[in-house]
Amino acid sequence: MAKIIGGLATSHVPAIGAAIDNGRTTEPYWQPVFAGYDFAKHYIQQVRPDVLILVYNDHASAFSLELIPTFALGCAAEFVPADEGWGPRPVPTVIGEPELAAHLAQCLILDEFDLTIVNQMAVDHGLTVPLSLVYGQPQAWPVKVIPLAVNVVQYPPPLGRRCLNLGRAIARAVASYPQDLKVMVWGTGGMSHQLQGPRAGLINKEFDLRFMDLLEHEPEAAAAISHVEFLRESGSEGIELVMWLIMRGALDRKVREVRRFYHVPASNTAVGHLILENAGN
Amino acid sequence: MREPQPYDDIPGTTVFDAERSRQGYYLNQFCMSLMKAENRTRFKADEAAYLKEWPMSEAQREVVLTRDWNGMIALGGNIYFLAKLFSTDGHSFQHVAAVMTGSSQEHYAKMMLAGGRTPVGNRFTSEWKSRG
Repeated sequence: MAKIIGGLATSHVPAIGAAIDNGRTTEPYWQPVFAGYDFAKHYIQQVRPDVLILVYNDHASAFSLELIPTFALGCAAEFVPADEGWGPRPVPTVIGEPELAAHLAQCLILDEFDLTIVNQMAVDHGLTVPLSLVYGQPQAWPVKVIPLAVNVVQYPPPLGRRCLNLGRAIARAVASYPQDLKVMVWGTGGMSHQLQGPRAGLINKEFDLRFMDLLEHEPEAAAAISHVEFLRESGSEGIELVMWLIMRGALDRKVREVRRFYHVPASNTAVGHLILENAGN
Repeated sequence: MREPQPYDDIPGTTVFDAERSRQGYYLNQFCMSLMKAENRTRFKADEAAYLKEWPMSEAQREVVLTRDWNGMIALGGNIYFLAKLFSTDGHSFQHVAAVMTGSSQEHYAKMMLAGGRTPVGNRFTSEWKSRG
């Protein structure tokens, strides 16, 4: 049987990818950011998931305004890194897990989550920066990835509660998959940041730390945070945090925090990172 | 005619909702076209002529030509689409964020290093007054 072995959350700032790709990770500005992921790099070698369900958002790379799916499940065999306007990131092609993805699509739609199925999609920094942070710069990614793209570009994104419940449905779907696979669910994006307008640069550490606490111990309360509260408190782009709730929903009611890291800034953004394991019900 | 929204009074913030997406459709799709190198070349060669190919309003063309980033946001631009334009110009997110806040990039970067812009006084006028 497939089994969810844990969850990981991380910001996915494009400048982090640029720092990795340009060999600047040891510069004083970046060193504390990357040091924060040393634990994850070791941890992932210990737990060795076979598949990641990687929740992220596209940033006008694969999806323009022509098509705006709220939830898009990547069912392809592979996903090429997107050219975001300055050439694709020099990272390996992302290898999918089409059989499990097809199982997820079927289960989730019958479980009332009407996902969009995507059989061809380039993946941008939202997906590849988290992989780079945790797996470094391998010749090939040592894990298969099922991308789950969430619209957070055009308001409104799906509600936090919807995301939490989708995560729970993912857990049910994974549990019903007959093949022995170790599955990890990653939620990416956030934390507080605003990239636009005169309020750009907003960072709300208090909100971010409280969100991590609630996510771990009171996920229903985290899921009840309204969109307007995210916008006001965590910035217009901080609302990406709804994606962390999908990861959380895929875990048991009780979780154990294995790792927490928080750092300001990476470019315009507060970097947050969690690793959670199931602690039983 | 925009309907009032509960996020309208967040200071210095324009939420890219369905109505603004409709308003900014061609402005954003123009930006999207700059993902292709050949389009970037044509745009740089004659910006005004390139913009004429898109059914945008004159006001939208003007804010693009003058790189009035807040103006583009006000006319339906979304920052992730505008990123294609400022990348074409060779600018970073932090550069444009600084411009939009009316500060130098150096000053803005210092603010970020010092922990970013505080939410205090930047939530909205009554700062969740109703919460007591």
